[in-house]
Amino acid sequence: MTALDTAFAASGVLAVVGGLLAVTTRHVVHAALWLVVALLGVAGSLLVLGAELVALVLVLVYVGAVVVLVLFALMLTRAPIGPDLAHAVGPWRAVGAGLLGLATAGLLASVLVPLADGSVSRAEISTDQVAEQLFGTWVWPFELLSLLLLAALVGALTVARRPDPGGTAS
Amino acid sequence: MIHLLGPYLLASALVGLGVAGIAARRNAVLLLVGIELVLSGSLVLLVATQAAGADRWAAGSVLPLFVITIAAAEVVVALAVVLLVFRLRGTIDLDAPSAREDVS
Repeated sequence: MTALDTAFAASGVLAVVGGLLAVTTRHVVHAALWLVVALLGVAGSLLVLGAELVALVLVLVYVGAVVVLVLFALMLTRAPIGPDLAHAVGPWRAVGAGLLGLATAGLLASVLVPLADGSVSRAEISTDQVAEQLFGTWVWPFELLSLLLLAALVGALTVARRPDPGGTAS
Repeated sequence: MIHLLGPYLLASALVGLGVAGIAARRNAVLLLVGIELVLSGSLVLLVATQAAGADRWAAGSVLPLFVITIAAAEVVVALAVVLLVFRLRGTIDLDAPSAREDVS
């Protein structure tokens, strides 16, 4: 166990505990807030793996934007303050979902764990190199991404807009 | 030096938790929480391949950025659809029967 392994284990435990509480809690607002904890744990583990840019973007976009959007949607759909009894699931469904998750995790782990052959020295990819590749090799996918964001923005606005009472919209 | 077992186990655990959350939730907004967990598991896996030194063109850093952006766009559209459904039907219960079943 090197220091990096210990730091990774700490943030990984934080991510798993946060994720577990996010999917099991019955308070809907708490679920979104536990997702913040899980994502901060994931960002910490990415930091340990040497991808500072990805970790910072993860915190900015996921914690800053996506979780706030989810909280807004919970408020707009009149989420209850206490436990969400209207959407409670039966014990069989909870057990089945847990088994499905365990089976998925077990399948992935059984494929991935044999590939982990010992310790590797962390490859240092600087942000300069990432920027050079992003605006060099990956520039066309990157531009396509801006189109995708524009389409998502316009699409969300069109879908969520209140219908025109006058009926003037085509 | 870092052992690759940790990232692989973390990615598997996150994907498993996300799938369990997707299967268990009836609230349409909380379904997205599970989807975010699955996507963050994929991020850990992509960055782990970079840390192992097995990537070209800095793909281990660039592809996670793409995944994060696409996930943000997906969440925006999904929440717009959820809000529209809530306005039309007054519920976001995923188990609620659809309007067509109500008629027949």
